[in-house]
Amino acid sequence: MKNERDLLYSEEEEALRAAVRDLLTDHCDAPGVIARTESGTPHHLALWKALTDGMGLAGLLVPEELDGQGATHREAAVVLEELGRAVAPVPYLTSAVVATEALLACGTDDLLRDLATGTTIGALAVALNVAPGAAYRVVRHEDGLLHGELTGIADAAVADVLLVPADDGGLYAVDATTATVTPQISLDLTRPLATVTLDGAPGRLLGDAEPAVRRALRAGAGLLASEQFGLAEWTLTETVRYLKERKQFNRPVGGFQAVKHRLAQLWLEVVNTRAAARNAADALANGDDVDVAVTVAQAYAAPVAVHAAEEALQLHGGIGMTWEHPVHLYLKRAKADSIAYGTAGAHREALAALADLEAP
Amino acid sequence: MTGAEELRSRTRELLAAHPPASTDRLDFLRARFDAGLAWVHYPEGLGGLGAPRSLQSVVDAELESAGAPDNDPRRIGIGLGMAAPTILQFGTEEQKRRFLRPLWTGEEVWCQLFSEPGAGSDLAALGTRAVRAGEDWVVNGQKVWTSSAHVARWAILIARTDPDVPKHRGITYFVCDMTDPGVEVRPLRQVTGEAEFNEVFLTGVRISDTRRLGEIGDGWKVAQTTLNNERVAIGGMRLPREGGMIGPISKTWRERPELRTHDLHQRLLKLWVESEVSRLTAERLRQQLVAGQPGPEGAGMKLAFARLNQEISGLEVELLGEEGLLYDDWTMRRPELVDFTGRDAGYRYLRSKGNSIEGGTSEVLLNIVAERVLGLPPEPRTDKDVAWKDLAR
Repeated sequence: MKNERDLLYSEEEEALRAAVRDLLTDHCDAPGVIARTESGTPHHLALWKALTDGMGLAGLLVPEELDGQGATHREAAVVLEELGRAVAPVPYLTSAVVATEALLACGTDDLLRDLATGTTIGALAVALNVAPGAAYRVVRHEDGLLHGELTGIADAAVADVLLVPADDGGLYAVDATTATVTPQISLDLTRPLATVTLDGAPGRLLGDAEPAVRRALRAGAGLLASEQFGLAEWTLTETVRYLKERKQFNRPVGGFQAVKHRLAQLWLEVVNTRAAARNAADALANGDDVDVAVTVAQAYAAPVAVHAAEEALQLHGGIGMTWEHPVHLYLKRAKADSIAYGTAGAHREALAALADLEAP
Repeated sequence: MTGAEELRSRTRELLAAHPPASTDRLDFLRARFDAGLAWVHYPEGLGGLGAPRSLQSVVDAELESAGAPDNDPRRIGIGLGMAAPTILQFGTEEQKRRFLRPLWTGEEVWCQLFSEPGAGSDLAALGTRAVRAGEDWVVNGQKVWTSSAHVARWAILIARTDPDVPKHRGITYFVCDMTDPGVEVRPLRQVTGEAEFNEVFLTGVRISDTRRLGEIGDGWKVAQTTLNNERVAIGGMRLPREGGMIGPISKTWRERPELRTHDLHQRLLKLWVESEVSRLTAERLRQQLVAGQPGPEGAGMKLAFARLNQEISGLEVELLGEEGLLYDDWTMRRPELVDFTGRDAGYRYLRSKGNSIEGGTSEVLLNIVAERVLGLPPEPRTDKDVAWKDLAR
C-alpha cells in the first residue's frame, strides 16, 4: 500500500453525518417506512428530493464542472451509513453511486449532470446479486434497438434512465418510459427489485459495458459495507437500549450474562465492520489497494449485518417478531444486502486470487 | 509543550554526543533516558519531557534510522507496560527516581505478583497476607502465572492487609524485592512443555513501608491502573497485512499446494478476512489515539486476537496433515519471550490457548465490554458487603 489509510472521519464528514441524520430523523421514521412499503410506492421521493435538491448529495462522486460536489467515496460512505441506520427507501446506492460510477467510466457528461443534481434517477440494469467480477446478463442489440428481459434490477421502479448492457458489448442509456418495468415482490421492501422488458427500445450508446459495469459494481460493493455498518450499528444500539429497559425475572434482560456476552460479541463485530467499511471507502477514494479493500469489506460486513439484525430480532423477543416493530425492515435489508453485489462467498473467492491464496 | 521539531533536534543532539556505532549499548540507553527521550510523555528528569505521547514516534524514527540500540521492550514488557505507569501515578518521588531508569534501560526486569491459585478472574479475592511489623510489612502467600519471575529483580505485588473489610477494600500494593531470601520461584510447566511462567512462594518476606505504592487499603485502585495499562498496551500495536498468526499459515498454503483441500481453503479465506479486519480495527484505534480521541475499541482487541490466534493455529495443524501429528520439542525450556513464529504449528496451537485466559479471560472481558462500553447492568454481586474473611472459600 502506497498511501497510509485514513480510517477516521474528518470534521467535515461528521458535519455531513449530522446534517443527514437530522434530515432522516425528521422525514424518515420507522412507522412511515413501514406504511410506505405497504403502499404502491415504497420509495420516499420527497426524502430523495431533500437529499439531492436540498443537500446536493447525489452529486458527491461527480466533479464540480459537471454540477457535482467533487467529493469522494469517503463522504458518500458517511451518507450511506446514515441511510443504512434509517433503512431509508431512496435510490442512493443504486443511482448516486452505482449508475453514477458507470457513467463516470463512460465519460457521459450530460447524463452525469442530470444524475448529480438528482433530477434524474439512474439504474444500472444488472441484477442486484451480481458480484463485481461475475457474469451478468445482456439484452439483444438489433437494428439499433434493444430487445430482451432483465430481472432483479434494484430501484428500477423509480428510475428515469436505465443503463443497459447489450450483446454487442456496449452500454446503452434507455429512457425508462420506453421500457416496461414490472415490480417483483422483493424480500427487501425498502429496495425493491423489478423486471425490465425491452421490446425494441431505442438506446443511446454510452461506451463499453464491461469496464463500466465492473467499476460500478466494485464501488457499489465497497460502499454497501458502509450501509451495512450503519444498519448493524442501529440494530445493536436499539437492542441494547431495549434490553436495559425490558425486565423479566425481576431484572433487566440486559443484565443476564448470556445476553451480555452476545451483545459484547456483536459490538466487536460492528466495530470491526466500521474499520473495514472505512478502509474500503478510503481505498475507493484514493485508488490504492482497492480490490482487496472492497472484497475484505464485503466478505466481512455482509454476515455481520445479518447477524446483528438476527440478534436484534431474537433479543427483542415477541415484539421483534411483529410487523409493527421496525426490526424486520432491518433484517430484510441486511439479508438482501448480503446477496447484493456478490455474497461473502463470492468475495472470498475473488480474494483468493488477490491475496495469492489459490484454491486446490 | 515540546513540538516535533524540538524533539527531532534533541534526538540529533543525543546521537551526536553518543554516536551509536562507538557507544556501549547500556551507556547509550542511559543517556537517552537522561535526555528525556525514553518516553517523551513522562515528566522531565524521569525519562521524558512532558510532551504528547504521540510524538514518541518522531524520536523512535530518528533513532531507528541512525541504528541506535533498542531497549528490547518485549523482554521488559511488564516493567514498561504495567509497573512504570503505576509507579509514575502512585509512587513517591524517591520511588520514581530509584526504579524508572533501570526499568526502562532493561537493567532491572520486573514481574507482577497478582494472580493466585484461588484468585484468577476474581483477582480481588486474593489471600496473600501482608502484616505490619514496625517499619516493615511481613508477607506470606503464594502467587502463580508469574512470567519473568525467574529473571526479575523487582515485582509489583498486591497483598491483603485487612481481612475484616470487603475484599476490594483490604488490599495494599507493594514493590517486592525478588532477591529476598523469603521469595522462592518455581517453574510452572505448561501444556506446551515449556515453563514460561512460575509459581512464587512468599514466606516471611519483609517489605519496607517505603516500598508501598499508594495508600494502605487502596491497592485495588492502584491495581486498576496497572491492569488498564496492560490492556492499552495490547491495542497500540501496528501490524502489516499478514503480520499476525495468519502469516505463517498463508506462507505454507502458497508453498505447499499438495496440502490444499477445498474445505481448508474456505476456512483459510474466512480467517484471512477476519485477520485483515482486526488489523484495520487496531490501526483505526491507533489513529484515534494519535488524534487524541481514544475509542473503546481497545477493550475488544484482545478478545478478537485470542479467538483468531486459536482458530488459525488450529487450522494450521490440520493443514499440515501428517506433519501436524508431530511436535517440535517437549523439552522443558525457560523462554524469556513468547515466540509464536519461531516454533512450529503445534506450539502455536497449544500456546494460543492461553490467549483467552492471560490478562483477563475472554468471559471477563466480554462482561467488561458489556458493562463499560454498552452500559448494560453489572453482574449481581453476593460478596460486595461481606468481609473478606467471611467469604466462602
